[in-house]
Amino acid sequence: MSNETEEAPLSTTAERQVIVEEAGKAPDKDWVIVTRGIKREYDMGGEIVRALRGVDLAVRRNEYVAIMGPSGSGKSTLMNLIGCLDTPTAGEYWLNGQLASRMKDDDLARVRNKEIGFVFQTFNLLPRATALHNVELPLVYAGVASAERKERAFEALKSVALGDRVHHRPNELSGGQRQRVAIARALVNRPSILLADEPTGNLDSSTSEEIMKVFESLAESGQTVIMVTHEPDIAAHARRVVVLRDGVIASDERKERFAAKMGF
Amino acid sequence: MSIFEAIRLALTTIRVQKLKSFFTALGVCIGVMFLIAVVSIVDGMGRYMEDDLVGKLIAINSFELRHRPNIQIGDVDRETRLEYSRRQRILESDVQPVADALPEGTLWAMYSEANLNVESSFSRPRRAQITAVDGDFFEIKRIGVTNGRLFTAGELSLGANAVVVGPDLVERLFPTVDPVGREVRIAGKVYNVIGVGESLGKAFGISFDNYIYAPFRSPVHRALNREANAIDAMMIQTPSAEELVDVQETVRAVMRSRHGLRPAQRDDFSLQTADSALEFWNTIKGYLVLAGIALPAFGLVVGAIVIMNIMLVAVAERTHEIGIRKALGAKRRDILAQFLIEASTLSTFGAALGIAAGAALALLIRNTTPMPTYVAPWSIMVGVLVGAGVGIVSGVYPASRASLLDPVTALRQE
Ligand SMILES: Nc1ncnc2c1ncn2[C@@H]1O[C@H](COP(=O)(O)OP(=O)(O)OP(=O)(O)O)[C@@H](O)[C@H]1O
Ligand SMILES: [Mg+2]
Repeated sequence: MSNETEEAPLSTTAERQVIVEEAGKAPDKDWVIVTRGIKREYDMGGEIVRALRGVDLAVRRNEYVAIMGPSGSGKSTLMNLIGCLDTPTAGEYWLNGQLASRMKDDDLARVRNKEIGFVFQTFNLLPRATALHNVELPLVYAGVASAERKERAFEALKSVALGDRVHHRPNELSGGQRQRVAIARALVNRPSILLADEPTGNLDSSTSEEIMKVFESLAESGQTVIMVTHEPDIAAHARRVVVLRDGVIASDERKERFAAKMGF
Repeated sequence: MSIFEAIRLALTTIRVQKLKSFFTALGVCIGVMFLIAVVSIVDGMGRYMEDDLVGKLIAINSFELRHRPNIQIGDVDRETRLEYSRRQRILESDVQPVADALPEGTLWAMYSEANLNVESSFSRPRRAQITAVDGDFFEIKRIGVTNGRLFTAGELSLGANAVVVGPDLVERLFPTVDPVGREVRIAGKVYNVIGVGESLGKAFGISFDNYIYAPFRSPVHRALNREANAIDAMMIQTPSAEELVDVQETVRAVMRSRHGLRPAQRDDFSLQTADSALEFWNTIKGYLVLAGIALPAFGLVVGAIVIMNIMLVAVAERTHEIGIRKALGAKRRDILAQFLIEASTLSTFGAALGIAAGAALALLIRNTTPMPTYVAPWSIMVGVLVGAGVGIVSGVYPASRASLLDPVTALRQE
């Protein structure tokens, strides 16, 4: 970050403080996510692929962050680490004040279950289970009793306007509907962050718009959202845009600045 | 997640993945069925031989005095065979001295036998096993009649022209009429049918009921023995197993002295016990047991391959599913519990079907082929244990491996 203008990039302010100056310490409650120099390397038969080469990122509660960058820049890798679906090879990852990068298997399972809602590009629904059962699953693993589970899953499906599709299987639903089932599933356990990796990547533009509206209204209601996207106009919905390049953060700015640079 | 939820999840999966569930159960079923069927054949033959066949060939607690053994154990070398062929036969005149030396309560009989044609006026000539008997033959062999009567002491000692006919032969010779009181013709002589003997059963499709018994001193024995006064065997039965060895020694001493053998010389006659027949059977059984292990093992391997193939085909799909479940917060033990319950439900179900199918197959074999089958309880146990074990291991092992993966890695499989 060479250009120190009056409009300082986010990474040089409070975020910089929590990441660099408080290194090694647990961030306070306000920070949902703090990563300090996290790396992810793959050993491809002797050749080391550096997917992430030290990422510092801090996200506050209620933020709506878009992550962009060219293909292969490490966006998905970063999302998977944040979502505790993968473990970093180096660095610290603090989630809600807990050091997730050091957690044992069972604690990670609990974190995935309670703290994180993940929406995938390819939906990742159980193909043979109904919409209701798919949405119920996080509650099953949370130990919620059957009746309450059904009730809450049904409410979640209603909130994404699928109250009339609860007994449909994924292959009986449109792409947009499947993704809404996935969103309902991500939200049903009231996670502290909602992560979405190119949630509209498999959808046509009008369906994408519809899904983006769902994220928009979630963000408005105070849900913390981090979303990977290739589309600048989709990123335009977010209030903060992080750009990755070659496994590091190239820029991290408020939407207005980013939009100005992109010519919106 | 509670065990109750794990059961629910597993049962849902079984219901939803009908085809895969079906084939898994089928794999276990094939393995168990094959094991039970094959073991039932081997076991059935074993039981038959031990309880039945040997018992019929040689009665319990008995032995036979013969000039050479009629049941061979293993290969007999040329020299032995030559020695056998030079032996003199047991003579009718040997019987009384031997019988006199026997302790109280011991039964004895003598007989000669051969296959000859038998005629009746109701059928064409039939081949039958003709045995000329004397002494306590029917008591030792425990053969009774279903119709008519056995020989009286008088008929035996006088050599009456009377016969007891086996049930199979009766059907052939007298298809439509009551045989008792009718006549049969053997080697040109006429004999009265006085009784129809009990069934002696059959082994490997060969009936033992194609027999005729006649008093030894009747003319028939001349048709049975080329050497006059020779007999095929003398049968001796002690009241219990304890006396058997002593009585054998008594008989051995009498025969050695009658043949004038010096102490250094070996016996020139044979004392053949049920044990030696059993020993003969045991050598056959060695091969059978080998087959009884190899064939079911083969069946189980086939079953295991079927199951594992299905599981392997399903592994990529299931790995993806496990990725999804882990991403949603499933712990490793949640995954294991679900897959363990799923696999054991299917395997137990398959094994139960396998038992039924195996037992049915055994029954079918018994009724349609000469092989006597017997479903041994241990084979059911082994079948269930091994079949279910294979099913469970091949269901749980891949799941256990997949559950160790990071969710991303599991999700990449598709
Ligand atoms: N499992 C893996 N094994 C080896 N290399 C991997 C693996 N996953 C990702 N990579 C590599 O890491 C780098 C970053 O991949 P990643 O999927 O995070 O990119 P991305 O920014 O999400 O790209 P895209 O926009 O195409 O989805 C790439 O060079 C990729 O080849
Ligand atoms: Mg990606």
